[in-house]
Amino acid sequence: MEIIMTIVAGVLIATATYLMLSRSILRIIIGTALLSHGAHLLLLTMGGLKRGAAPLLGQEADAYTDPLPQALILTAIVIAFGVTSFLLVLAYRAYQELKTDDMDQLRGNENNE
Amino acid sequence: MNNLVILPILIPLITATLLLLIPKNVKLQKVISVISLTFTTIAAMVLVHTVYRDGIQTLEIGSWKPPFGIVLVADMFAALLVLTGVIVSFTCVLFSFRNIGKGRENFFFYSFTQFLITGVMGAFLTGDLFNLFVFFEVMLMSSYALIVLGGTRIQLRESIKYLLVNIISSALFVIALAYLYGLVGTLNMADVSDKIAQSGQTDIVTVVAILFLIVFGLKGGIFPLYFWLPGSYQAPPYAITAIFGALLTKVGVYSIYRIFTLIFYHEPQITHQIIAALAIITILIGAIGAIAYWDVKKILIYNIVTAVGVIIYGISIATETGYAGGIYYLVHDMVIKGALFLLAGAMFTITGTDNIKKMGGLIKRHPLLGWMFFTACLALAGIPPLSGFVGKILLVQGGLEQEHYIFVGVMLFSSLLVLYSVMKIFMNCFFREEVLSSKEEKGSTRGLVYPSVILIALSAFLGLGAEFVYPYVFEAAETLMDPSIYIQAVLKE
Repeated sequence: MEIIMTIVAGVLIATATYLMLSRSILRIIIGTALLSHGAHLLLLTMGGLKRGAAPLLGQEADAYTDPLPQALILTAIVIAFGVTSFLLVLAYRAYQELKTDDMDQLRGNENNE
Repeated sequence: MNNLVILPILIPLITATLLLLIPKNVKLQKVISVISLTFTTIAAMVLVHTVYRDGIQTLEIGSWKPPFGIVLVADMFAALLVLTGVIVSFTCVLFSFRNIGKGRENFFFYSFTQFLITGVMGAFLTGDLFNLFVFFEVMLMSSYALIVLGGTRIQLRESIKYLLVNIISSALFVIALAYLYGLVGTLNMADVSDKIAQSGQTDIVTVVAILFLIVFGLKGGIFPLYFWLPGSYQAPPYAITAIFGALLTKVGVYSIYRIFTLIFYHEPQITHQIIAALAIITILIGAIGAIAYWDVKKILIYNIVTAVGVIIYGISIATETGYAGGIYYLVHDMVIKGALFLLAGAMFTITGTDNIKKMGGLIKRHPLLGWMFFTACLALAGIPPLSGFVGKILLVQGGLEQEHYIFVGVMLFSSLLVLYSVMKIFMNCFFREEVLSSKEEKGSTRGLVYPSVILIALSAFLGLGAEFVYPYVFEAAETLMDPSIYIQAVLKE
């Protein structure tokens, strides 16, 4: 199971890399979302995918899944969510102000005299 | 157990929240900021003194024993950086009172600054790797807000790039943490170090170490991961660039020091060799960038890159002298970069341009500004009575003891180039014939110079009072040399 999940995370991160190297800002933002998905899946996988009950003491099982990675992922998800919404609004403002979503046209062009 | 450790994080956090409630009352915001920063400075001073007197201070949050709970750890290294960081941000806030302008002040500028300080202090003081990630995000989120605040075209353009780079490095940070957790099953720094010391640093641990180096290198701006830095730091106004230049990259540098002295120190022939090579190229790249430009801000930004290289090299020397030199230079560099950016900000206020070729003769009407800038330049290059000298001489001594001749040569040569680059600013902007008559000046420097006077005085104190500062720095270096001191203080075995 871990091997499949690792491959899935790898595919997500590969797709994210491809998207982030494109020119349109929106594709780049989709890339960052996929990248954080890949990272979160990897965090879950590396914590171990052993069988066990959900980490609720009321379930009275013999074994539980590891609760720590789940807490870490929950933290990482809200952080990624906050950053992504900031980035989306920033991209919107930049589109309004700069009239382009093409990263090639957003290059620095200070001339060094 | 000592609640003192959390104060440098807690005071700015509460202040930031309070300031959110009074967005339009700028005067009250200023008063609250000053009061809070004064208290934070006092707390940081007491913290340094307590650590010096009683050894490493820890705070187990919620009384959960490490490695199960989050623990805050103040060793001398962290405490010194906390104190320096607070003082530098204090002066930057004083500078922005006169400089930042109504538009930004009405939109939570002081709140964001306090959140930034919270993040930086938390990153210095935490003893848990995931908590370090969270404090990095606190710091980065407020830096995103600060870099784009105002919304000019160049800010929008550059902040998109700054955000993207940091989102990618944060994702890599999470991935690195996932691998480390999969390998050792804990995230408390002392416990991770203990576990790796017991099982030996296997190849896969070394791979994770290099992944961490990439992550913190992206934050700290080492070669070849510095490419985002010149553009991004050029976009915001000087008061903000000063905080960024003095604090943000230094948090990355601090993290590299922390993990490579505490956790991944078993395979220095791989990791420390890589750090050494990257540091030397970073120094050269920074120096080349600094002499290439005719733009005050760009020159100072490339000097940040050079300094990061010099500090990072302290790790691969890996002796007490080397670490002490690195720490001394780190403290010095935070102070002097703050001072230089603030002085350059005052110059920009007067002339309204960053272009050296469009300035001249400022010394006639602004002698204090001019000679302060001159002193800061000398301190940056490492001229004896000032602070840069002590750090560099310790690094040279450490480098010679370990026979790292290339580094010593490159560093001394880079000092020359750094001196040339800042003297180019001084000679061209302050001497030559006057470009602006007193009526043409774009703004007054009233109240803009004294924050940097504080920093220059501190720099002079770090240089002249080296005897007084040495014991603190050497205690910090001792803790870095011997990870077991840190581990025992945290795990209490």
